[in-house]
Amino acid sequence: MREDHHDKPHAPDHPMTEFEWRVEAVQTLLIEKGILTADEVRRQVEEMDSRSPTLGANVIARAWVDPAFKSRLLANAKSAILELGIDFEQEATLVAVENTDTVHHAVVCTLCSCYPRGLLGYPPDWYKSLNYRSRVVVDPRGVLREFGLELPPDVEVRVLDSTADMRYLVIPVRPAGTEGMSEQELASLVTRDSMIGVAQARTPALR
Amino acid sequence: MNGRFKPGDRVRVRVGSPPGHFRTPGYIQGKIGAVERVHGVYRNPESLAYGGDGLPKQPLYLVRFPQSHVWRTYAGAAHDQLLMDIYEHWLEPA
Repeated sequence: MREDHHDKPHAPDHPMTEFEWRVEAVQTLLIEKGILTADEVRRQVEEMDSRSPTLGANVIARAWVDPAFKSRLLANAKSAILELGIDFEQEATLVAVENTDTVHHAVVCTLCSCYPRGLLGYPPDWYKSLNYRSRVVVDPRGVLREFGLELPPDVEVRVLDSTADMRYLVIPVRPAGTEGMSEQELASLVTRDSMIGVAQARTPALR
Repeated sequence: MNGRFKPGDRVRVRVGSPPGHFRTPGYIQGKIGAVERVHGVYRNPESLAYGGDGLPKQPLYLVRFPQSHVWRTYAGAAHDQLLMDIYEHWLEPA
């Protein structure tokens, strides 16, 4: 292990954890062996940091105002979002699922933390927690209630465990009272959590 | 490439814990569900995890299971569902 890591710009201010040492070791090896350059690593971090739920919110708002787009989004999400000029991550494939008055989807990855990062940015810490991952599949209604979402018994709750190459995007229900709103205004109602399915979209009164 | 199963087919998840990496959680093994959606073919993560090429590609399915079947003590509504992506070599007809 090289001892000059604290001189590097990405070194944390706190004592390094075991995982940080591991990342540091692997990254140093990849660079020293010429497989990656430091600039490529930096660019990838920069690219990932630039992603945020705003991208996903724009997709949802478009789906709310344009039924034909929503159909294309549900049929082939990746090609539909390309129409909006959003370049999605290359490997994983995106699947959009629609919440309605009778069906509610919530997404989890029980194995790790699979998440549509290209559209939503980094996952929240709770999404990666063992607590959420293990409990939402067993007791989704209870976990959603803890998030403040009480679903009536007649709503079918569908938990999506994304164990493989698919990333899931939830299209939340368009809130009532938003008929006259512009696409941009609608996008401001779409939160990260509503696209994971642990919340509804904001209602205009609560903005 | 066509998979072995089509939407609506009843499938049982194989039981096993092969040495190394696999992406079929223990809690769903042995359960019976219905194919909800055929995703296409993808490289096998059990090979990719160890530097392999993941070939031949495996058909990948979204499979739907009634929650009351997955958990005997499920406390939610009877129509609640669990959906999971499962590679074909983990499925058999049911």
